[in-house]
Amino acid sequence: MLAFIGRRILIAIPTVIIISIFVFALQHMLPGDPILVMAGEERDPAVIEALREKYRMNDPIPVQYLAWAGAALQGDLGISLRTQQPVLELIGQKLPVTIQLAVMALIIAILIGIPAGVLSAYKKGTWIDWLANIVALSGLSVPNFWLGIMLILLVSVKLGWLPASGYQPLSEDPIQSIKVMLMPAFVLGTGIAATLMRHTRSAMLSVLKSDYVRTARAKGLRERVVLVKHALRNALVPVVTVITLLFGELLAGAVLTEQIFTIPGFGKLVVDAVFNRDYAVVQGIVLCTGIAFIAMNILADAAYRVLNPRMSDQ
Amino acid sequence: MTAVVDPKVVADPLPPRRSNRAWEKFRRNPSALLGGAVVAFFLIVALLAPVLPVPGPADTDWSAVRKAPSAAHPFGTDEIGRDVLSRMIWGAQASLLAGVVSVAIAVLLGVPLGMLAGYLRGWTDAVISRFTEALLAAPFLILAIALAAFLGPSLQNAMIAIGLSAMPIFIRLARAQTLSVMTEDYVESARAVGIGHLGLIGRYILPNILPPIIVQSTLTIATAIIAEASLSFLGLGQQPPAPSWGAMLNIAKNFLEQAPWMALYPGIAIFLVVLGFNLLGDGLRDALDPRDT
Repeated sequence: MLAFIGRRILIAIPTVIIISIFVFALQHMLPGDPILVMAGEERDPAVIEALREKYRMNDPIPVQYLAWAGAALQGDLGISLRTQQPVLELIGQKLPVTIQLAVMALIIAILIGIPAGVLSAYKKGTWIDWLANIVALSGLSVPNFWLGIMLILLVSVKLGWLPASGYQPLSEDPIQSIKVMLMPAFVLGTGIAATLMRHTRSAMLSVLKSDYVRTARAKGLRERVVLVKHALRNALVPVVTVITLLFGELLAGAVLTEQIFTIPGFGKLVVDAVFNRDYAVVQGIVLCTGIAFIAMNILADAAYRVLNPRMSDQ
Repeated sequence: MTAVVDPKVVADPLPPRRSNRAWEKFRRNPSALLGGAVVAFFLIVALLAPVLPVPGPADTDWSAVRKAPSAAHPFGTDEIGRDVLSRMIWGAQASLLAGVVSVAIAVLLGVPLGMLAGYLRGWTDAVISRFTEALLAAPFLILAIALAAFLGPSLQNAMIAIGLSAMPIFIRLARAQTLSVMTEDYVESARAVGIGHLGLIGRYILPNILPPIIVQSTLTIATAIIAEASLSFLGLGQQPPAPSWGAMLNIAKNFLEQAPWMALYPGIAIFLVVLGFNLLGDGLRDALDPRDT
């Protein structure tokens, strides 16, 4: 397994280099001189020249890239223009908030998506299957920022059940923290639940046709035992891999969800950075999410090999 | 999420008889027809926007600010007295245009690159594949936000950003399809009788990889419409006062208590058109699935 992971990391290196070139190139896509954009209102030629020297803008582009990548390798992703904090530190501060949101959303998605997928496959062709499919497709089609707005209107404004916005750190008041995060997590979890339902249904359908399920039934085992112990356990192998791969979707969804519920997490950091033209932060975020996504892919492959021993000798 | 077509599902070439069968299958699928009808309805509304009997999308009526739905304004008015229905009709143009143009960008760039990788293989394939993996590594919306931020906020730049972010899916699909078609006997035969590279690609490979590309395009239009609405909601897409469903929701969230209709209708419109494209895409995938024919 370690050799497999090592091999996958080696294969990922060129991809990480390409991501870093892309992220570096982003600042050269800015219309006009990036230094003038960074300088903002400042027009003092001495300051502009100092910035040009600091960011090595007078050097040839490959030299600039190597200097930038070298610093990034040592964890230096630059300084936020707005807060004057190192970008990596800023990301580290905001990430726990988004992780809490993502984990809660994933739990909600699993609790809805997997049972719905099992039921839909088991009742294939009935109205339950039809309804579950329509609900799943609707979950995939509804923009989560609109769902968030509508839930705020109903649950917070009209019914007053849950707060409409804000954040409470989990370490300070766990109950309040979960209560505040419940609605955003539900909003973020809907699309994921729909994806999980469709994958679980398709995996269950193929497992339910298999010989070992037929044998289990022929042995006279109770239907619930056949379904949970024999069918679901095997059907979950591809679903677990899908869950690992949903990381990107969770992060992207968090951008909008955090914006609507004013949660001070990673997603809100992206949007604030974009509007404050804090380009170093935007670059740092794209680079970090790219690398994290590759790591999750490697983890998904490793999980698949652990869950499916037939893969390990390939 | 961008649904990805399973290359195995629609890998076979599409001879005329199979295309007839596919059409028959599509015609008998009520949800696919419903999806097609919803998409057609929004397309017609968007095209007829200039001649429909509604006020102009930018016409303000200060005596009718944030008015609830009525006979004069069936979907109510917004914070400066503009007709919500009219802005939604004109907003349909922005949403559908963004969906179609961004997918066209993704297809026109992605399919040739994917075909090149699958056809030439070797180093070309390795370079294009690594490039694709790198693009796929950044979450779709975060990539689109970053590109839109650096390109500057406008509908045109949002379309470019969404198109570039959706491109890697088409590179992967076209590459996988090309690799599969290249092993077919008819391609071998064509090569054996001396047909050149361009002839092979244009006459034998491209027509046979099109069905899954069409299915993926339909599903990606749905994703692109949500992405455009998301970018406009964040202020990175269509700029005011031009109407767009996402931008309307961005303003509406500030008036939830006073004018909930401002948020209700644009959201329903996004949901319906995206559902329409998803149903249509699912229907096309089922119709073109060789395993069931």
